Amino acid sequence: MSKVIVVTSGKGGVGKTTTSASFAAGLAGRGHRTVVIDFDIGLRNLDLVMGCERRVVYDFVNVINEEATLKQALIRDKTDSNLHILPASQTRDKDAFTREKVGKVIRELRDNFDYIVCDSPAGIEKGALMALFYADEALVVTNPEISSVRDSDRILGMLAAKSLRAIKDYEPIKEHLVVTRYCPTRAETGEMLSLDDIQELLGIELIGVIPESEAVLNASNAGIPVIRDEQSSSGQAYQDMVSRFLGEDVPMRFLEVEKKGFLKRIFGA
Amino acid sequence: MSIFDYFRRKPKPVKATAAIAKERLHIVMAHEHRVANGPDYLPALKRELMDVIAKYVHVQKEDIKVNLERHGDCEILELNIALPEDKETAAVS
Repeated sequence: MSKVIVVTSGKGGVGKTTTSASFAAGLAGRGHRTVVIDFDIGLRNLDLVMGCERRVVYDFVNVINEEATLKQALIRDKTDSNLHILPASQTRDKDAFTREKVGKVIRELRDNFDYIVCDSPAGIEKGALMALFYADEALVVTNPEISSVRDSDRILGMLAAKSLRAIKDYEPIKEHLVVTRYCPTRAETGEMLSLDDIQELLGIELIGVIPESEAVLNASNAGIPVIRDEQSSSGQAYQDMVSRFLGEDVPMRFLEVEKKGFLKRIFGA
Repeated sequence: MSIFDYFRRKPKPVKATAAIAKERLHIVMAHEHRVANGPDYLPALKRELMDVIAKYVHVQKEDIKVNLERHGDCEILELNIALPEDKETAAVS
């Protein structure tokens, strides 16, 4: 059975595309046939984060308008043949999206892939609603920031009311919380909302915590999903998240404040 | 700054603002849930009620409060209108 997973947040800039790229690369890395779709029509960016921007010929809107076949539009990842990318269009042709047409593409993808990851645009407009409409599960990406938590709460409301599963009264979308840019030091001193706070406010189960790390920017600069940077804490945290998604019991890491030794305290880190 | 000041310097105090953030989020999210879970016709109902009342009595928009509360299975529509004290000016001729 194939699964459709939407990566969403409401607020922009919290790490949806970074999470989509790493999550999809992680699933593919474990042998699952995976496709990741950019739903941000007009503001395509997933191609850059995945490092395939120069290989885009056809896009999602071309497929929807039947100007190209899925096979023509899908871009195979440079290093992993299990991973494919369906880029968004750069023209502002949002009206191309209808539930029927998107549904047809999703159905076709379901026949060929195990996991279909939908990278949602920010906001609660048409594009975001379309990205979540066919979802079976959702990764709700949240920063430990007041505006991000509130917007995630709004998106949870949309998942519960505006998805196909909600409309048809099927089993509801399974929601998972991903906290990004987490900084244990600042949470401990009470400057930043803690994981417990965020979980309590949003009331959904935590699937991953991605610590604030330079590796994320470095990886997107290079066009490589950060999950492939095995040395970095964020890469490892994304690997853990994929394991948990696949049902493994993996403890949360990178939540402790690093204890500074005596010498480090004197000479600095 | 003398070298003694350097040693006397206290660490910058951190402001524990997370608790404030959490409290504010609790309140605003609870409010938004109430609005989101309310029936779709509530805003229109509110507007029309206000129009009817304004036909007969001079009241400001702020003086009319419409609230929908839920107690278990029971929903209560609460309408609260603060009427002006001076009856002469209150009546719409």
